[in-house]
Amino acid sequence: MTKLFTSAAAIALIAGSAFAQQDTITIGMQLEPPNLDPTGGAAAAIDEVVYSNIFEGLTRFGPDGSIQPGLASDWSVNDDGTVYTFTLRDGVTFHDGSAMDAEDVIFSLDRARAEDSTNAQKALFAGIESVEAPDPLTVEVTLSEPNGNFPFNMAWGDAVIVAPESIEEAATAPVGTGPFTFTEWVQGDHVTISRNDAYWGEAPALATATFKFISDGNAAFAAMMAGDVDAFPVFPAPELISQFEADPRFTVIEGSTEGETILGMNNALAPLDNVKVRRAISHAINRQDIIDGAMFGYGTPIGTHFAPHNPDYVDLTDMSAHDPEAAKALLAEAGVENLTLRLMLPPPTYARRGGEIIAAQLRDVGIETEISNLEWAQWLEQVFKGKDFDLTIVSHTEPADINIYARPEYYFQYDNADFQALIEDLAVESDPAKRSEMNKTAQRTIAEDYVNGYLFQLAKVGVANAKIEGLWENAPTQANDLTEVRWVD
Amino acid sequence: MLRFVLTRFVSLTLSLIVASLVIFAVIEIIPGDPASYMLGLNASPDAVAALRDQLGLNESLALRYVDWVGGMVTGDFGLSYTYKVPVSDLVMQRLWVSLPLAIYALVLSTLIAIPVGLIAAAKRGSATDYSIMGATQLGIAVPNFWFAMLLVLVFAVTLRWFSAGGFPGWDAGFWLALKSLTLPAIALALPQASILARVMRSALIETLGEDYIRTARAKGLSRRQATVRHALRNAMIPVLTIIGLQFSFLLAGAIIIENVFFLPGLGRLIFQGITQRDLIVVESLVMLLVFAVILVTFLVDIAYAAVDPRLRRGR
Amino acid sequence: MKLPLQLILGALLSVFFIVAAVLSFLWVPHDVTTLAITQKLQAPSGTYWLGTDHLGRDTLSLLMVGARTSIAVAVVAVGVGMAVGVPLGLMAAANRGSLIDEVIMRGNDLIFAFPSLVIAILITAVFGPSAVNAILAISIFNIPVFARVTRGGALSIWTLDYILAARVAGKGRLRISVEHILPNILNLLIVQGTIQFSLGILAEAALSYVGLGAQPPTPSWGRMLAEAQTMIYTDPRLAILPGLAIVAMVLGLNLMGDGLRDLTDPRVRRTRA
Repeated sequence: MTKLFTSAAAIALIAGSAFAQQDTITIGMQLEPPNLDPTGGAAAAIDEVVYSNIFEGLTRFGPDGSIQPGLASDWSVNDDGTVYTFTLRDGVTFHDGSAMDAEDVIFSLDRARAEDSTNAQKALFAGIESVEAPDPLTVEVTLSEPNGNFPFNMAWGDAVIVAPESIEEAATAPVGTGPFTFTEWVQGDHVTISRNDAYWGEAPALATATFKFISDGNAAFAAMMAGDVDAFPVFPAPELISQFEADPRFTVIEGSTEGETILGMNNALAPLDNVKVRRAISHAINRQDIIDGAMFGYGTPIGTHFAPHNPDYVDLTDMSAHDPEAAKALLAEAGVENLTLRLMLPPPTYARRGGEIIAAQLRDVGIETEISNLEWAQWLEQVFKGKDFDLTIVSHTEPADINIYARPEYYFQYDNADFQALIEDLAVESDPAKRSEMNKTAQRTIAEDYVNGYLFQLAKVGVANAKIEGLWENAPTQANDLTEVRWVD
Repeated sequence: MLRFVLTRFVSLTLSLIVASLVIFAVIEIIPGDPASYMLGLNASPDAVAALRDQLGLNESLALRYVDWVGGMVTGDFGLSYTYKVPVSDLVMQRLWVSLPLAIYALVLSTLIAIPVGLIAAAKRGSATDYSIMGATQLGIAVPNFWFAMLLVLVFAVTLRWFSAGGFPGWDAGFWLALKSLTLPAIALALPQASILARVMRSALIETLGEDYIRTARAKGLSRRQATVRHALRNAMIPVLTIIGLQFSFLLAGAIIIENVFFLPGLGRLIFQGITQRDLIVVESLVMLLVFAVILVTFLVDIAYAAVDPRLRRGR
Repeated sequence: MKLPLQLILGALLSVFFIVAAVLSFLWVPHDVTTLAITQKLQAPSGTYWLGTDHLGRDTLSLLMVGARTSIAVAVVAVGVGMAVGVPLGLMAAANRGSLIDEVIMRGNDLIFAFPSLVIAILITAVFGPSAVNAILAISIFNIPVFARVTRGGALSIWTLDYILAARVAGKGRLRISVEHILPNILNLLIVQGTIQFSLGILAEAALSYVGLGAQPPTPSWGRMLAEAQTMIYTDPRLAILPGLAIVAMVLGLNLMGDGLRDLTDPRVRRTRA
């Protein structure tokens, strides 16, 4: 009798859960955002919480990386490409109830490009000459020179629209226009957001979402297995993915990111100022070993600084194929022997594990390395700012960032006037066919100069409960857009 | 006595000043700029400069030191660079995890150690004593982070009795919060309990050999009665001293355990503060911890001296 | 006199690891700097007695070389702690109650007041992580331990009659400290040294576990644990073996320390009987 009763109760429970569809979710994130103001800090974790959930920009990135309308329902550009006119959506309000109109857009853009702005991507706004509002739902942005990328720039998390009344508190209590409102932040543990019933667009399926911060790969695994976390869009430990694959409760979501992972070389420092030495190092590297050893197979080899999923990508991996003999010959040709290089590694797994593998590969061609594991702050100070390094490993996660090779003061210090001219032309070129051709030339140039060792495109490997759908597969920008996320049976 | 208290107070103040100088100096020479860390790879130099200005990092070192110490004396610990909330709020929040965890671990370790030590002392030289002593040796030798990993493997992932980590907050219910602190508390308590049990045993053995215990026995008290009535009380002095030391260790020393179980405690706040170059948080927190320990030492010294006048003349 | 069982056991365990560490200079089953990604995560076999890690390195070889790292760090840290702490303790005892004594003892209290792991993290944040800085961090906390033990031991000797005789004979405090006090507290220092040695092994493991100790490619037990941590579900062997090595080594040293103390401390010998 009891047995019968309990099984009946169990059936009732199951049926009950089928009727009342679950509408809460817990998302795991490796890093906690330092604050929640995307216009005042670079931490990717900020965008991973607020982008498209709490804050929106004039335009936005779609899951495939395309530029889609955001708070601006559409936009146009004048013939010489210098004036962009954005039409704002009607009836959009901030979470505090105040209306979002052209004044807020002017405030946001002026604030981001101001003298004392602390926006981490100030370059996005550099070309803006003036921002004006002919009427409350129209904004005209005048640029100092044509920039075909402007709608793309406006899709970044750093370019979201904020209100003057609430921006002061944004670091701890963000107020935006998005489909979710900020609920609470227990520092060190989680951030919770809830459905915004006054949202201008289609209301999200989820009533609340909690972002839980778990930095340790093991703890992340345990939390997923124990059901404490429903999805981990960027899982910190690739070596554990096979465990999830074997378990029908979970789906593994493998997608691409904008992260070109490179072995950065100090082009200004002897002997790395010699292209032969850089080429030798490139030939010493076995990319597949690094992908297998450091990332447990997740990642796509690259031969230049460009994302393989981009239509303009050229596969140049053969130019720096694994060839230890060629590497040794090149070193001999360059007259370099008994070379010892300093290899500075930031904290991510790809760098720490990849570094050990690269050190072993370089040893095979007669180059010794001294590894230093650095924290990010030290890395920024010593490598990025101080340029006091020989080799480093880092993933450049900004989209379409080949233009960093046109900045001679950038940490790897590549200085090629032709390349700089090419990038300048590219910035103002609007013809798609010509742009594509220029992108390809740029990729070839930096591959031929062996500026850096191009390793692999970082994969986005996430894990989720198999009953969740609507999570982004790829990461055109660092975000956890929850608008389309729902539970299904 | 008053003179003793006064000299101790002067040395307490001097210690605090030295400690504050050391902490400030060490933290200021750590390479890495908080502003560049916060703004990341693509930041323009003028944005970084503007942020440095906002954070007050462009002031002179001396001025910042005076500001910092002056603020602490008046109870103002400054504003966290990254979180943008008062450091005192952060500390209070984290204290509600670290303090209960430390107390929990201490209670566990005491509950285990006192009876175990008692049994070992009572059955000195027996097989029980040897196995207890062997077990405590093992307990001391086990690194607590490794023990924590094993606990997670067994109790969270395999048996699923506990969640693998995290802290739901006290609002989620007392028992739920306590449950989430259980595995970390066990991991922390194991080595402490082993040490405490050994101290308990040797203190008991020592007092059991004293004359007054023999007298008590001669007066007809059973061995058990003598142990409980007299020896236990006297053995408590070294045991309490050790417990006091362990408490301050548990409060700040749980960093690694907090990391394994991703608990938002004080230790992790310091660790995170160092990584993110949230210097003000690190400075203030380390100073607070040092202050707490120095203060406890001071009070203990005074208390001992009050009880035992011989101690007033140098130590 | 009968040797206590724990001394024998402890010495055997300690010697086992020391021999493994010394042997690693001459021979290891496989080179630990050569990676073989294709051989990764192999189970124990005839070729790899304890299997391989995630980069295809031989676990046994890593453990052997790791023992070397742990022992080297701990020994040097004990050495530095003694070299600085013992003279300070002798000085404090010789000038009991003076300003020097007070300054030394307050300084000791001050160091003890700092949370040790936090200071270790700060040191490595300033100088960068390396084995040398791990040694520095551990040494700093060894200094007050040795100073205190030395002072305590020395004070009890200073009250003895023959020291009084030496003073009457006109020997200076320094000479008495070196000629009479130091030899008499040597036992005490050896026992404390063994204990600090085992604590040093644990501290090194903790530091390198959080990434602050010896840097790759130098193997260390703590880092092996950190690296294996995420593989504990797939390959628990990798996380269990270095942990066991730490436990066995520390256990051995502690047993040896206790055994030595029992052997040298007449009071304990009496109560043991």
